[in-house]
Amino acid sequence: MSKSNFSRRGVLKTGAAFGGALAAPTFFTSAANAFTNAPGASAVTLGFNVPQSGAYADEGADELRAYELAVKHLNGEGDGGMLNTFSSKVLDGTGILGRKVEYVTGDTQTKSDAARASARSMIEQDGAIMITGGSSSGVAVAVQGLCQEAGVIFMSGLTHSNDTTGKDKKANGFRHFFNAYMSAAALAPVLSANYGNDRNAYHLTADYTWGWTQEESIAAATESLGWNTVNKVRTPLGAGDFSQYITPILNSGADTLILNHYGRDMVNSLTQAVQFGLRDRQVNGKDFQIVVPLYSRLMAQGAGENVKGIFGSTNWHWSLQDEASQAFVRSFGQEYGFPPSQAAHTCYVQALLYADAVQRAGDFNPCAVVEALEGFEFDGMGNGPTLYRADDHQCFKDVLVVKGKDNPSNQFDLLEVVDVTPAEQVTYAPDHPMFAGGELGTCNPGA
Amino acid sequence: MGDIVLQILNGLDKGSAYALIALGLTLIFGTLGVVNFAHGALFMLGAFCTVTFNKLISFQRVTLSETETTAWGSPLEIREPVMEAWFGDFGLWLIDYSVLASIVVAIPVMFIIGVVMERGLIKHFYSRPHAEQILVTFGLAIVLQEVIRTFFGANPIPQPAPDALRGMMDFGTLLGFEPGRVPYPTWRFVYFFFAAAIIGGVFAFLQFTTFGMVVRAGMADRETVGLLGIDIDKRFTFMFGLAATVAGLAGVMYTPILSPDYHLGMDFLVLSFIVVVVGGMGSLPGAVAAGFLLGILQSFASMNEVKALLPGIDQIIIYLVAVIILLTRPRGLLGRAGVMED
Repeated sequence: MSKSNFSRRGVLKTGAAFGGALAAPTFFTSAANAFTNAPGASAVTLGFNVPQSGAYADEGADELRAYELAVKHLNGEGDGGMLNTFSSKVLDGTGILGRKVEYVTGDTQTKSDAARASARSMIEQDGAIMITGGSSSGVAVAVQGLCQEAGVIFMSGLTHSNDTTGKDKKANGFRHFFNAYMSAAALAPVLSANYGNDRNAYHLTADYTWGWTQEESIAAATESLGWNTVNKVRTPLGAGDFSQYITPILNSGADTLILNHYGRDMVNSLTQAVQFGLRDRQVNGKDFQIVVPLYSRLMAQGAGENVKGIFGSTNWHWSLQDEASQAFVRSFGQEYGFPPSQAAHTCYVQALLYADAVQRAGDFNPCAVVEALEGFEFDGMGNGPTLYRADDHQCFKDVLVVKGKDNPSNQFDLLEVVDVTPAEQVTYAPDHPMFAGGELGTCNPGA
Repeated sequence: MGDIVLQILNGLDKGSAYALIALGLTLIFGTLGVVNFAHGALFMLGAFCTVTFNKLISFQRVTLSETETTAWGSPLEIREPVMEAWFGDFGLWLIDYSVLASIVVAIPVMFIIGVVMERGLIKHFYSRPHAEQILVTFGLAIVLQEVIRTFFGANPIPQPAPDALRGMMDFGTLLGFEPGRVPYPTWRFVYFFFAAAIIGGVFAFLQFTTFGMVVRAGMADRETVGLLGIDIDKRFTFMFGLAATVAGLAGVMYTPILSPDYHLGMDFLVLSFIVVVVGGMGSLPGAVAAGFLLGILQSFASMNEVKALLPGIDQIIIYLVAVIILLTRPRGLLGRAGVMED
């Protein structure tokens, strides 16, 4: 029988010492990096999570163009765009806190699970310290939740549902884009002035979070004008042919159709509503009207001449004449040969706002960034004086009411701004019932 | 009552598209025994034949302005329509009727696409299991839609119907309703009659021509027809081309109803397969009957009164009917016994 040189106690001691040695670097690393994906000394990585495939791929491509332009400007290349007009002057074209800005991209596919997977990959594999982008509220809510758990900042792209900064708000998430409540508050006075206060409205609504909050907001705003809501009909996302939802409107007594649709659904439902002769009808002694509460130039291109004369709202439009908007349009147009969309604008602004917040905080720690963005007031970004409200991380700024142009001069000149609604008219209390039900919580630095 | 008539018209219109696509699908399955998941993509390609044709005839000569600039400082582009400048009123007429005129282009293009698809890919999978046929054709469908997205983008591209066919027809007055009670878009009637003509044409071709007779014989017993010295493979390749053409024409005429985008084929693919299964795999009359039946059921299920009783029924009705049919009559409504029953 051979005798072993290893005693049980010796093995335990050796194991404990070896384990301790292995654990030590991780522990010290964790202590040194008090937050997720702390950047190195030379570069910082941002994650641009946009739809590169699927129905919103064109909008996603425009978002990506804007992000690439923002990165150029942050790194001191190009003409600087809105860095020249931004009221905060801490960004000097040397990246963020002296680190060159680099980026990785993900494809949301406009699907919540795919968007979360691509965001997770950019955080865990590529070391992205901030995630931004997207063209859907469902995606924004899903990715915002993930970023909160992972301890990174989420600067949302195009998301218009009240829930993003309402019941689903998160401390690590920030929205520059306006929301359904704001659209309704801005549109109501214009609808009243043009169509009167005695109307019967019929809603067709995309059956998901954005559609529901838009329907609720617009119905509340129009009912407060004295309008009657005849019916609210939910339609499946991507229905394609809406004829079976449009024909019941013909004999419903409604004289106004409100299309709570976006993207491809909006293009199809509006085209078919016009095809069914709704705009040529007279009901209750009035001309039948169609309203599209959320417009985008890309959608207007898809709907063609059907958008002529139809009211809606938008976050920003390239035809604005303020110095900041012109600087951005010039910069974007020279780079790509056409004007930016509202999605491109909000994404560009979000990238700059994040960089500015880090620079002002002097720290990449998400909690320092949250502190810098909360209550931040700024100007020179194309929307007039703007506040990033601390209570819900929603930007409050002027809202544009637009109308489809009767005689467009080119393929981009499809909408005209008919009214600029001041920020105070679209501002609501943080505990407004349409935004109730969620807690902002506290920031999560991760690690 | 007017609402019910309107939903029947909607159903017939939807059913026309389902029937046309399902007809081609079942034609391919009946002749070649192939389950072609790329058939929806052929519908989409037909629609993009119209888009391409429209783009070509709407071609504009671009010159740069020497005095005016864009908002970003580049010289303003001045666009001049070439067709109007070259052909005057005929050019304008051609642009107005571009959807109908594109049929002339779509027929040979879609036939060639069908033949190339069959000879280049599908024929290698005749003897392979249906699962492999589905995988390869579905893969092909994804490739085709991504190619279209690369060239045309993801946004829908509007294709207006001709001016003369863009308005509404007061169908209700024909049935004794008061004026304005049952108005329906003229183009949708055009689509219905076009679909009826195509379906009738295909049936007549198969029923009353020698070529059709041989194809039907081949569908019933391929081996015996081959033993008679007839090259049935060539005829089946022709039938694949014909099925592709039918799907393509269905897509061409649908463009004013639904602005085409790269995803159009996928929207119709699953529904059309359900139509084929409900009608009976390989049964041409079954595909047509099931197409109209499901189109009408889908429209009725979307009525507010029905949805109030059964919320969400509009989204599941077609699948529900498919489940019931498969449980009670696995061969489908008009399918032959033994075909895909196991």
